[in-house]
Amino acid sequence: MSDAMIQIQNLNKWYDDFHVLKDINLDVAEGEKIVICGPSGSGKSTLIRCLNHLEEHQKGNIEIDGTKLSANLKHLQKVRENVGMVFQHFNLFPHLTILENLTLAPIWVKKIPKAVAEKYAMELLERVAIADHAHKYPGQLSGGQKQRVAIARSLCMRPKIMLFDEPTSALDPEMVKEVLDVMVDLAKEGMTMLCVTHEMGFARQVADRVIFMDRGQIVEQAAPDEFFNNPQHERSKEFLSQILH
Amino acid sequence: MKENNLEKANEMKPEAHAHAPLQNIAIWLKKNLFSSPTNTMLSIVVISLFFMALGPMINWLLIDSVWQGSAQDCREATGACLVFIREKYQFILFGFYPREELWRPILSITLFVAFLWWSKEPKRWSRRLLWRWIKLLLLITLLMKGGILGLVHVPVDKWGGLPLTLLLSFFGLLFSYPLGIILALARTGKLPLIRILSVTYIELIRGVPMISLLFMASVMFPLFMPDGVSFPKLLRAQVAIIMFMSAYMAEVVRGGLMAIDQGQYEAADALGLNYWQKQIKIILPQALKIVIPPTVNTSIGMFKDTSLVVIIALSDLLMTTKTALKDANWLGFSMEAYLFTALIYFIFCFSMSRYSNRLEEEFSYGVNK
Repeated sequence: MSDAMIQIQNLNKWYDDFHVLKDINLDVAEGEKIVICGPSGSGKSTLIRCLNHLEEHQKGNIEIDGTKLSANLKHLQKVRENVGMVFQHFNLFPHLTILENLTLAPIWVKKIPKAVAEKYAMELLERVAIADHAHKYPGQLSGGQKQRVAIARSLCMRPKIMLFDEPTSALDPEMVKEVLDVMVDLAKEGMTMLCVTHEMGFARQVADRVIFMDRGQIVEQAAPDEFFNNPQHERSKEFLSQILH
Repeated sequence: MKENNLEKANEMKPEAHAHAPLQNIAIWLKKNLFSSPTNTMLSIVVISLFFMALGPMINWLLIDSVWQGSAQDCREATGACLVFIREKYQFILFGFYPREELWRPILSITLFVAFLWWSKEPKRWSRRLLWRWIKLLLLITLLMKGGILGLVHVPVDKWGGLPLTLLLSFFGLLFSYPLGIILALARTGKLPLIRILSVTYIELIRGVPMISLLFMASVMFPLFMPDGVSFPKLLRAQVAIIMFMSAYMAEVVRGGLMAIDQGQYEAADALGLNYWQKQIKIILPQALKIVIPPTVNTSIGMFKDTSLVVIIALSDLLMTTKTALKDANWLGFSMEAYLFTALIYFIFCFSMSRYSNRLEEEFSYGVNK
């Protein structure tokens, strides 16, 4: 229990009267890959956004690598340094070059010397095959390239956990694969990952566990094979029949 | 109709290159001025109005005008009295600054404009540049004020005309821009008390005309000061201008802040940047770039509004112009005087406007370039 990378206990969240997350309990071990799926509005994005405090929860406990999440700025800072996040709409900084996008946080948050940060950033760009574009601006790249840069930007902080919030949903179909490939590589290296995604191929390939959420609750969790071939819950079956046709 | 024109234009394009220049002009005219009956009629009306106005103007300014002579010569002529400008330009530009010391404001303005020109390249913006500016401003102050190094002392209330206008607007901008940014951040921020303070300040200042602020600064403010404490009138006017401008700047900057996508804040948060790092590195560079046009618009407005200081008897450029017109020997040449002053205002305002375009291009982050 205590060696879990992420511990979530009785997590509850409301938007005014709307109960978005209901009694979520979840432990994630180091190196574990989890895919979270579910119909829209089920609270899956909200759940992972709670993990780095982009959303505030009202009840329950979240502990990340031994640090409890609260309004305490010092703890928050520590958690955010350790947790990388990739967004649906990339959210690259348009006024900075690709390289500057990567090195900004290491230089300012971790106080790493510029040359060191740039060296590591170039290695990462090499890995996601964007090194040639290091000095371009985000506006000059395609969607798939932008998302790969966004992944590299998070990795540049050397996080222990990576959160993916529908990373391929805003991409043209032909660009989905290049982003998923990067994510698969990352999974192979042993990164702890939580991905909100509808890419069931990706889930089958890398996930240790698939979590199905509906109406703010975790309805079912199982290994991918089991979940896809033999879903237990009525709502999981319905959801799968809809997305797998 | 419009589509038709476009089609026509497209058809003509490849041909156009093959024609002689004269024919090119004819094609351009046909395409842009005479493409339809309505368009042709409008073109003819506008062009003839333009020439009807231009003719007398050229006559007045260049042909019938008096370039040398006396006020008497001017009165006998029908054209512009440029002698008046020659006679009075020093006074209009520099007010009551002693005649024999005029090289000092001239040198000051030259230095100021030259350094402004040099600093216009964003690649030269650095902390060192800021220090150089501070040194230059001290130098200019010494030069204008004198009292040391054998320079005759010229008290501040003798400064007038262009140096005064530039001084008030330059310092007005210099201080109100950062103040406006802080007010805008306060107004859009999460801390309720600070937000209320900022909103109150902005709405109070925007709710009163600048004239009343200047009055308060000059008449009421000294009443609240303990005996023996007094600030020069120029300083009080300057503070009033800064207070006024910063409220407007705050609203301009707020517009930029509102235009930034929520995702930018989230990405910065997720990377662990703290509030000030996020604002300084991510949000403000984008927000301020978006609002370059309204910022310059406000600045131009403020540059001209400094002329309101006449009501507390500071003689800026517009006031020296009015004073020059009161000379009993040279009564009745207000047209010439105001045109001259308008030209000076125009040069500064137009430069600002051109510079705003330059900056926008400069900060286009590799897109739309």
